[in-house]
Amino acid sequence: MRREIPLLITGIVGIVFVLQYFIPHFPFNRMNAWFSDWFSIVAAFAIWLGALNLMKISFQKVFRRKSDWGYAVVIIMSFLLMAVVGFAEGKGFRDQGTAFDWLFQFVYTPLSATMFAILAFFVASASYRAFRARNFEATLLLLAAFLVMLGRVPTGDVLTGFMPEGMRLSAVASWIMNFPQTAGQRAIMIGIALGLVSTSLRIILGIERSHLGGGD
Amino acid sequence: MEHFALWLAAFLTLGIVSFLYKDNPWYKLCEAIFVGLSAGYWFVVLFWDNIYGKFWVGVFPLEEFDEAGREITAEPDYWLFVGAALGILMLMRLVPNIGWISRWPLAFIVGSTAGLYLINYFSSNMMRQVQGTIVPLFGAGYDASAYAIVGNIVVAVGTFAGLVYFFFSKEHRGVFGGTAKVGVFFLMLTFGASFGYTVMSRMSLLIGRMDFLLGDWLGMIK
Repeated sequence: MRREIPLLITGIVGIVFVLQYFIPHFPFNRMNAWFSDWFSIVAAFAIWLGALNLMKISFQKVFRRKSDWGYAVVIIMSFLLMAVVGFAEGKGFRDQGTAFDWLFQFVYTPLSATMFAILAFFVASASYRAFRARNFEATLLLLAAFLVMLGRVPTGDVLTGFMPEGMRLSAVASWIMNFPQTAGQRAIMIGIALGLVSTSLRIILGIERSHLGGGD
Repeated sequence: MEHFALWLAAFLTLGIVSFLYKDNPWYKLCEAIFVGLSAGYWFVVLFWDNIYGKFWVGVFPLEEFDEAGREITAEPDYWLFVGAALGILMLMRLVPNIGWISRWPLAFIVGSTAGLYLINYFSSNMMRQVQGTIVPLFGAGYDASAYAIVGNIVVAVGTFAGLVYFFFSKEHRGVFGGTAKVGVFFLMLTFGASFGYTVMSRMSLLIGRMDFLLGDWLGMIK
């Protein structure tokens, strides 16, 4: 019961999504519309589950006075502030000039942009330690990264300004991105697609069951 | 208010940047605010977009009238209750004794994703990529530049060699092994170029934050 019903649901839903592509007529088109709507609703609840779970863990940390519980209080307060403001604003919560928009613009955006921006330092420091031209393959990797980085900034063209336009660093970087990089990306994408198709088939047919977890 | 907002944004930006020195209470405070706000943001956005926008409006459609004043309100779709029921079952994960029931909506999500990926990825990541790789070297009137011709050959050879490298059912020896080796070269170029591209995108974000601190906040850049 705990495993059979989920397997049945996975199989039926997966088969319907495949069939509606080949037979876009009743009843598959109708079922596809229902399932797509349900998917959006369930996905929203799944994100809610994550947020509520974060609250549960944070409250437990506060009540049990675990180390750094003060930061858990900040998490709870920030969550409640954003949620209360968002619900109070109504459907137009994202409109310019609302309190939700203010929080997004002056608190959320600086935090998220800076969080991703400082990754530049960590990537640079990691690459400094890891990138060594030990063999031909590693040298290719190093060279491609160097040319693309230098070709994307004005310094690259200033340094190679004496060369014909098509041989300057910006042109070389574009060529690498447009051709050899595209070739490698395509090989990876085709490989991923084949892997996804086989994994999806295994899931739909009930061969792959790891998403159901352990137990009965 | 705008002045306060600028100072607040600068305080938070510097708090995150302070992590470059070492982990510290200022950074932890900003991190906690970020985590709480992110969760709250998606909590609200998904409520209004999906739960209200899809479910509530679908079951209780908003009254609408055309230009002549005739009612054109959509029919209520009660099948959406199934989606809402599955969503509520998903939340049962928070209740330890009946947490297993959340496998049903999870199975629905996994089944939908598998069904969609089976078709969509095969179409976009497989068929379209093959189609984009095998292209004529010349146009109708032999109008093609050497740049495009060489580029197309590089893409076709690189894609084929890369795929050969990913084929592990045959030992990489002889001509097959040589082709796989060429595939590795292309993959290395790809990883290097992707790395460089990622670093530059992060750099541009960093320049944006520095521009905010030195320009908007301190007024040093006009």
